[in-house]
Amino acid sequence: MNESIEDIEIQLLLDAVYRHYHYDFRHYARASIKRRLLQARQQWGYDSISEIQSAVLHDETILPQLLNFLTVQVSEMFRDPSYFRALREKVVPHLRTYPSLKVWVAGCSHGEELYSLAILFAEEGLAERTIFYATDINPAALRAAQAGVYPLDRIRLFTENHQLSGGHTSLSEHYTANYNRAVFDKSLRERTVFSDHSLVTDAAFGEMHLISCRNVLIYFDRELQDRVVGLFGESLARGGFLGIGSKESLRFSTHANLFSEFVREEKIYRRKLR
Amino acid sequence: MSVRAVVIGASAGGVQALSQMLPGLPVGFPVPVMVVVHIPPKKDNALVDLFARKCALPVKEAEDKEPLVPGTIYFAPPDYHLLVEADETLALSSDETINHSRPAIDVLFETAADAFGPALAAIILTGANHDGAQGLRAVCEAGGFGFVQDPATAEVATMPEAARVACPGARTMALEDLAPVLQAMIEG
Repeated sequence: MNESIEDIEIQLLLDAVYRHYHYDFRHYARASIKRRLLQARQQWGYDSISEIQSAVLHDETILPQLLNFLTVQVSEMFRDPSYFRALREKVVPHLRTYPSLKVWVAGCSHGEELYSLAILFAEEGLAERTIFYATDINPAALRAAQAGVYPLDRIRLFTENHQLSGGHTSLSEHYTANYNRAVFDKSLRERTVFSDHSLVTDAAFGEMHLISCRNVLIYFDRELQDRVVGLFGESLARGGFLGIGSKESLRFSTHANLFSEFVREEKIYRRKLR
Repeated sequence: MSVRAVVIGASAGGVQALSQMLPGLPVGFPVPVMVVVHIPPKKDNALVDLFARKCALPVKEAEDKEPLVPGTIYFAPPDYHLLVEADETLALSSDETINHSRPAIDVLFETAADAFGPALAAIILTGANHDGAQGLRAVCEAGGFGFVQDPATAEVATMPEAARVACPGARTMALEDLAPVLQAMIEG
């Protein structure tokens, strides 16, 4: 089909955002990006995508709002409990053998996955020796992750997931309920470095033992997926683990040969030893 | 222009309706078929096994970045939206629920309308919500063909009724006529 005017406008907007602000969405999966931009256009009452482009170039207060549209990711604590159960039962025994551990939650969004891992590591007695790196490109998301505050009405789901993941504390030990919000304990993020990092443009992060990056790769096109999988390969210690989303796969990646399947059904891979 | 892809959305009563309709698509059916059914977010997709046994065509769960193959039936994975890219590959997303659903019919239909324009046939089956109505309108606005299961024969009429309101140009059809009509349209 011929490229529609809307598609041209989207390309121009993404180019503009990259050239002026160095946020690079040009290799994000286009269908999702388009839906989100059309939502933004509607919500802001613009007639065209070009008007968003003009606004974001001339008014830098628009950028954070645009980032929220382009990067909104929805997660929940202990999402896919069987993934966390597999980490607990199959990966943790390996991690125990290291005197110190580094864990990278790449694309941490509002921090649900980070707190899930922090609680799991605390339960398994690994928290003291672990440094977590929680990264995202969206400063607002990073701030939310750092705050660790979630609406109380989500806690029921989080608690259910936590139980199913094999949790052996009560989730309520890890937060304080206060009005309609749950504030997660500071102790869970004491050893976390929150940092602005782009999987698209930034470099490898160094010697991780576990990288958890779930439901992020699906938002990228094939080319960018390849780059990011390569980056994960470079960032993992030999024998380190990589967890991705349950419907994601390294199968088609040019860097697939860096990894072996570790828990196949949970999409947990291991960096080959050699 | 001839039809190059089919999208189907179903909710309450949908498994039953699809069990009547999808086995009617014969071997050699020349275009891909993408299906969203509202089901709870379990990781295993029981629908795929169920329909693989009933259908003449190969049935699989849609994978991210997978190129569409003619004559294959793709089901959206539970808890993921299914989208079509302009290069006729599939994509998944775990964005917010839409109409309380993930996968959402609107997401598949709107992105497929974008990718296939007038070469798309879209079908709304039984269901108890309004998902798919916007999507069907998008399909019709792009020049594609809209079909709605006759609400009188649907297990739950809400969804087909909402789709008819949103997209008056869609054709209302009895369930058993859908597969033959698609086939005639695509081959003719």
